[in-house]
Amino acid sequence: MKFLSEFRDAGLAKGVVSQIHRRSKTPARFMEFCGGHTATILRYGIRQVLPATIEMLSGPGCPVCVTANADLDKAIALAQMPGVIVTTFGDMLKVPGSHSSLQKIKAEGADVRMVYSTMDAIHIAEENPSKRVVFLGIGFETTAPTVAASILYAEEKYLKNYYVLSTHKLCPPVIKALLASGEVNLDGLICPGHVSAVIGSRAWDFIARDYAIPCVVSGFEPLDVLQCVDMLVTQVEEGNSKVEIAYRRGVRPEGNPEALRLMHEVFEPCPAQWRGMGTIPDSGLKLRSTYQRFDAECAFDIDPGPTREPQGCICGDILRGVKTPLDCRLFGNSCTPEDPVGPCMVSSEGSCATYYLYGRNSGR
Amino acid sequence: MCLAIPALIESIKNEEADVDMGGITRRISLRLTPQAKVGDYVIVHTGYAINILDQHEARETLKLFEQLAKAAEEER
Ligand code: SF4
Repeated sequence: MKFLSEFRDAGLAKGVVSQIHRRSKTPARFMEFCGGHTATILRYGIRQVLPATIEMLSGPGCPVCVTANADLDKAIALAQMPGVIVTTFGDMLKVPGSHSSLQKIKAEGADVRMVYSTMDAIHIAEENPSKRVVFLGIGFETTAPTVAASILYAEEKYLKNYYVLSTHKLCPPVIKALLASGEVNLDGLICPGHVSAVIGSRAWDFIARDYAIPCVVSGFEPLDVLQCVDMLVTQVEEGNSKVEIAYRRGVRPEGNPEALRLMHEVFEPCPAQWRGMGTIPDSGLKLRSTYQRFDAECAFDIDPGPTREPQGCICGDILRGVKTPLDCRLFGNSCTPEDPVGPCMVSSEGSCATYYLYGRNSGR
Repeated sequence: MCLAIPALIESIKNEEADVDMGGITRRISLRLTPQAKVGDYVIVHTGYAINILDQHEARETLKLFEQLAKAAEEER
């Protein structure tokens, strides 16, 4: 595929790899915030080609993984109400909540539908005027504008049966919380490419400035990640901490102003609960009062009961970068992608699922 | 979850476009990139173009990789 396969060319990678080896002298720990980057790094064996000076750490950037059980339980409770269709992206179906998953209750007869796009959810609402259709809105700034767009579509089409349960999360506040906690020490941050396509690379300026950590926005192909590591190494060796872009074809300093405008038109920041990290101020998105009639939290009386965390699962520690999946006793034993105990084993970008799939590339 | 891939816009009608994604035609929304034109590559995430791909920057980045690869080859 054009503008995709070129960035997977192993022959082209050789030059940048040897440049990294030549430049890297100081031991450095880099965190890839995004689970998509973890997947690229393990799939293509990037850790193995890097010099021993560089340590890579996975971060909390998997929206499925950080969704709190309380929010999952709400979606499950909604799907169990008569006359309700719950729609969401495929990744969410298998994630275990406190007592069940969307997939399990679907098998038991609940109307849960996987969609590829929020436009599909809008079509389902149009085709089922006697049902109430709830879209479980999950994702970071990459996805939130598409959910905002669906609410604007629903308004323009005078749809009275479309609702969103917003569990959207914002990336800069969680990185700030992570760094402020002092739990992890970083020498560089691989910033998320598609979040930055929307919010722009400038959104990371505060990290470089306030925490003196080099930041480089990366794309998701192996060459993108290698270029990003090379730029981070260069900053480390030169004693710099600035924000750079290793994904210039997709990311601009100002992001996508129209996507940001729609997101802010429909949503406003709110506190959000993150798995493993507790509640972080202004790190979530809720519907503005102007769009309250589309808000599932307001339209339905949702009572999912008390939450329960999966026994023995250390997803929270993994998301904070203080443990790896190999530290979990359940990993690969009672927890597998077919029968996941925690969300990190479900999502294709969850650390546990990625380690399970590409285990041979995970060690160092 | 934040998976997004480049696709070529083949035609546009109202706010929607038919794009070529590696040989498969898909209908996507241009609501987030109203300035996109036929012939542009857009980065598609869950049925929406979230940005227009900068083809010039893509080629520049590839050129850089080529130069580095060549330099590494000559060093041997
Ligand atoms: S292996 Fe399973 S139980 Fe262990 S942390 Fe990962 S998801 Fe949780």
